[in-house]
Amino acid sequence: MSTTPLTAARLGLVACGTCGLLSRPAGPGEAGFCRRCGSKLHGRHPNSLQSTWALAVAAAVCFLPANALPVMVTNAFGSSTPDTILGGVVFLFTTGSWPLALIVLVASFMIPLGKLIALAWLLISIQRRTRGGERRRMRLHRAVRAVGPWSMLDVFVATFTVALVQLDPLMSVEPGMGVLFFASVVVLTMLAAESLDPRLLWDRDPVDIKRA
Amino acid sequence: MADVVACPGCDLLQHLPPIPPKGRARCPRCGEIVATTPADPIERPLALALAAAITLVVANAMPLMTLSVVGRFAETTILGGAEVMWRQGQPITATLVAFCTAVAPTIYLVLMCTLLVAARRAPAPAWVGPLLRLAEHAKAWSLPEVMLLGILVALVKIADLATVEPGIGLFSTGALLVLLATLAVQFDPEAVWHRIAWVNPAALHHRGKGIAAVPDGDPNA
Repeated sequence: MSTTPLTAARLGLVACGTCGLLSRPAGPGEAGFCRRCGSKLHGRHPNSLQSTWALAVAAAVCFLPANALPVMVTNAFGSSTPDTILGGVVFLFTTGSWPLALIVLVASFMIPLGKLIALAWLLISIQRRTRGGERRRMRLHRAVRAVGPWSMLDVFVATFTVALVQLDPLMSVEPGMGVLFFASVVVLTMLAAESLDPRLLWDRDPVDIKRA
Repeated sequence: MADVVACPGCDLLQHLPPIPPKGRARCPRCGEIVATTPADPIERPLALALAAAITLVVANAMPLMTLSVVGRFAETTILGGAEVMWRQGQPITATLVAFCTAVAPTIYLVLMCTLLVAARRAPAPAWVGPLLRLAEHAKAWSLPEVMLLGILVALVKIADLATVEPGIGLFSTGALLVLLATLAVQFDPEAVWHRIAWVNPAALHHRGKGIAAVPDGDPNA
């Protein structure tokens, strides 16, 4: 008796990614479509590792200008002050709202950076076929997917500050280019986390790996 | 084979045990949730989705907050915020903000109301499947909770410079969050998938969608 856990792939079955229905693939090259919900069937997400790497690298490239360029520029009484994400954190901290400073620091800086490191680690561990700690890595993957949207926080802060503070000639706030790069980081890391198929963490069997 | 599922997290095949109402089952290998059993999977989510849809309209129509400084007033709505971003030279960010705060929640709630009404009678029509698929995508990009936190941070930042008053839109957004969170807990997509009539493979061919796979344990196969 084999000690390898029995997976759908070992039995030659494919679970629909949308509705979960187990199907027998229509053919060897092409799994076909799910009879219940009409989704295209895949044993594993197609090109999961390549597309996750591509999206994660693109996000890492955008991360630098997102932090270096201002997200907002405040024009008041004839002078303009650029405001980066970390500058905003310092502002909140010095004005006494340290809980909010902490939230913005975690959501806008630590979460995106942590997500990129976590994704790279998961990808490398899959490619090196690391054994052991799958449950821990699985929890990490779930966490990356769950916290993803919260990094969008600073995009909303910028949007609603800009929308409200339009009191020319007294004072006005304009969005800076940093906000576009920052939004790109968030969207790219969310897409990267979605395209990483967690089942690849568990695939041991040559049969499973061949189907990936 | 009716109670056999493949774990979406690690592909392990497993028998689902009988799950008590309001319970859920996790995969023994990777810990992913493989099944949930809400008390009332169709009627209660439908009521919540309708209530959330009404709240969403109010949240979008009413001002989020009003700002006043030395006799000048300014106010903004959710889409108004995106519009200002657009005019200030950030059309991509503006589109993303509008999509995540207004468009995606609207698509999600309209689809949910439609498919839950259709799924009240079993078997549910086959077109419910694609709607549910689309609804789950829209849900992933609907971020009103992040938006609310973002507005609160913006309020604190501006509070030093001017008087800011929260508006009806802000309170409605708060109510919307509670309704959406409850809806997510009370709704079990599996309950709807179980009611959907399977597509005839010949029909798939006619729609040019290619070959249909053979469901395992299909009595006709």
